[in-house]
Amino acid sequence: MPPKQPLRRQSVSVGRGTRKRDEDSGTEVAEGADEWAQSKATVRPPDQLELTDAELKEEFTRILTANNPHAPQNIVRYSFKEGTYKLIGFVDQLAVHFSQVGNLIPKDSDEGRRQRYRNNLVTGSEESAKLVISEAEVVEEEDEPKEAEAGSQTDVPAAEAAEKVAEELMTPKQPKERKLTNKFNFSERASQTFNNPLRDRECQMEPPPRTNFSATANQWEIYDAYVEELEKQEKTKEKEKAKTPVAKKMGKMAMRKMTSMESQSDDITKVTQAAKIVERMVNQNTYDDVAQDFKYYEDAADEYRDQEGTLLPLWKFQNDKAKRLAVTALCWNPKYNDLFAVGHGSYDFMKQSRGMLLLYSMKNPSFPEYIFSSESGIMCLDMHMDHPYLVVVGHYDGNVAIYNLKKPHSQPSFRSSAKSGKHTDPVWQVKWQKDDMDNNLNFFSVSSDGRIVSWTLVKSELVHTDVIKLKVEGSTTESLEGLQLYTVGCGTAFDFHKEIDYMFLVGTEEGKIYKCSKSYSSQFLDTYDAHNMAVDAVSWNPYHTKVFMSCSSDWTVKIWDHTIKTPMFIYDLNSAVGDVAWAPYSSTVFAAVTTNGKTHVFDLSINKYEAICNQPVVAKKKNKITHVQFNPIHPIIIVGDDRGHVTCLKLSPNLRKMPKLLRTTVGNNGCEVTAFGGSSRQQPRPSKGVSYLEHPSPPLAPGLESLPHSR
Amino acid sequence: MAEVEETLKRIQTHKGVIGTMVVNAEGIPIRTTLDNSTTVQYAGLLHQLTMKARSTVRDIDPQNDLTFLRIRSKKHEIMVAPDKEYLLIVIQNPCE
Repeated sequence: MPPKQPLRRQSVSVGRGTRKRDEDSGTEVAEGADEWAQSKATVRPPDQLELTDAELKEEFTRILTANNPHAPQNIVRYSFKEGTYKLIGFVDQLAVHFSQVGNLIPKDSDEGRRQRYRNNLVTGSEESAKLVISEAEVVEEEDEPKEAEAGSQTDVPAAEAAEKVAEELMTPKQPKERKLTNKFNFSERASQTFNNPLRDRECQMEPPPRTNFSATANQWEIYDAYVEELEKQEKTKEKEKAKTPVAKKMGKMAMRKMTSMESQSDDITKVTQAAKIVERMVNQNTYDDVAQDFKYYEDAADEYRDQEGTLLPLWKFQNDKAKRLAVTALCWNPKYNDLFAVGHGSYDFMKQSRGMLLLYSMKNPSFPEYIFSSESGIMCLDMHMDHPYLVVVGHYDGNVAIYNLKKPHSQPSFRSSAKSGKHTDPVWQVKWQKDDMDNNLNFFSVSSDGRIVSWTLVKSELVHTDVIKLKVEGSTTESLEGLQLYTVGCGTAFDFHKEIDYMFLVGTEEGKIYKCSKSYSSQFLDTYDAHNMAVDAVSWNPYHTKVFMSCSSDWTVKIWDHTIKTPMFIYDLNSAVGDVAWAPYSSTVFAAVTTNGKTHVFDLSINKYEAICNQPVVAKKKNKITHVQFNPIHPIIIVGDDRGHVTCLKLSPNLRKMPKLLRTTVGNNGCEVTAFGGSSRQQPRPSKGVSYLEHPSPPLAPGLESLPHSR
Repeated sequence: MAEVEETLKRIQTHKGVIGTMVVNAEGIPIRTTLDNSTTVQYAGLLHQLTMKARSTVRDIDPQNDLTFLRIRSKKHEIMVAPDKEYLLIVIQNPCE
């Protein structure tokens, strides 16, 4: 602690001496001013050390040394060697007043050298780049004249320049121009451009229309495809053959129209086929027992019946439209065994109305397959053997017409008229003949006007030829002018011989039967005085060429040999006989129907004098049966009555007996009558041998095979 | 066209027939005389069965084809007649 310095002078003490007791020396301003100017009195602090004068005159000597006054002067350290505390004489006297770490590095230190080297590198490269360019320019200038000589590529000088550049990089000592950034004013500035906003742009199209397609590839699908292809090919071939180019176009147009029409028309028409089948199925169900009977039922009681047989009623065919009309004609179709035609008309002279032609199939008893109506009653009909779709009918008004079942019209295809030589009286019978030499269709008709006419279909027109005129023999008289007058007989029935083509029989209203030839137009080959009343039907025996049968309203059925004028057998049936028919399976069986509603079946090989079946067939007694027909294949007969009903009956086994082959003394054709009274067994023709009981097909399968065409 | 309509009408009014329906090639009924749910059921099931039956027949002999299909059950009989594009189904109660 340095002794205190003698304090300041007591310059202010005079002024304040008067006021020593007053401690507020500073407050008085008025007197202070005076004091400031005058006083320089010394003021003593209260705690000043009071020293004597002697003490005050003492001299103190001061020595400046380099010793650090703060350094400790007696440091003692423990020495492990001697194991005692030792006094350290030398004490560090350094006192650091201020220290600061700076960033200066000596040039020669490692770090300094490194930094220098780095700096030199940077500057060196910049400079060397400039140097390269200049060098390259120089080199190129030098090499340009050389190029022509050496033919060197520009790559080579560039390679040389590159080498030089590499060398120069190693020695960056040359002065370089370097852009120095101003360290004080330099500021980096960056700016960012506006980024364009990104936007997605999409475009979507409508997806292409899709459909699912699936198909199977079976054996039969492949087969179908082939068949279609074949058909197409055939069609194109036909078109090419048939039509001319102009016609082709027309045809195509028509085809297009056809197809468009078909697609427009109601879809329900395509179900026609299926509907037909189903209708038959439904009927089969309803009449199931009948169908089973038809096929399989054999009356077992026949064994006990002693050669007699019965007729089992099967179906009954009737149609509302034909209710009032009598059945005037029946005919089975030669090709389709379940199809038959029924002609409706009226036998009543007074009540003549329209006529109908209905074709039924046994597979569908409830509705006919084909319906045709005509203005005049149909009296007879026939189906062509070779063309089962052609039906010829004869009308009450004397016209004949041909219906074509393949065509959907309800009108006949061809029709006779007054011009073309129609009959003047009802046509009682028509029959197809074989095609003539020009392959034209040909048929005969017989009528009450006494003419037998042959009609030929020539180029869609009916041309008639009078074959014969039925003159009543013995009635020819000579008139005054020399003309020959004769009474004309009325033909009511005829039948053609099975083998001898030109020969035919005609029955008349007078009861006579004439045997005629197609070639002789004026004379008859023979005449038989058959009946007392009109002959209703004549029929040749299908097997026995000499035998024929006739029936009449005089209650009799007569069997003749055409070489003999008198009948071989006469049967009296107690009622007018409407129709008579030979059985196709036997030469000795025939059926006759009478107006009292009974059907009689005879078998001459069993019983020559009586019917083996005598059965009322129609319900009401007033019903007159008008016609009967045997089915060529099946053991059934159809019977038509005058109420418009057709009943189908099955022949019991006894009625179907086929004659056994006899050991007769016969020649090749095997047809000889041994005697009248003896056994009249005749050998049937072998070609027509049918066996009913072994028919393999199912009972009336409802398929559509029976239809001559499918609509 | 009227003929087909007549035929279908005749079938419908035939003795014992409960209902008829016409179904197209995809199994969708076009015409029916029964109520909707029954029709749809019959159409779907019978269509498949008919396809199967037809396939069977044709696989055995490709030249052959199915004419009709009858299913007789205790209560009634179902008859199906297939066509190229359509299927005709008739349900009948055969009188026994």
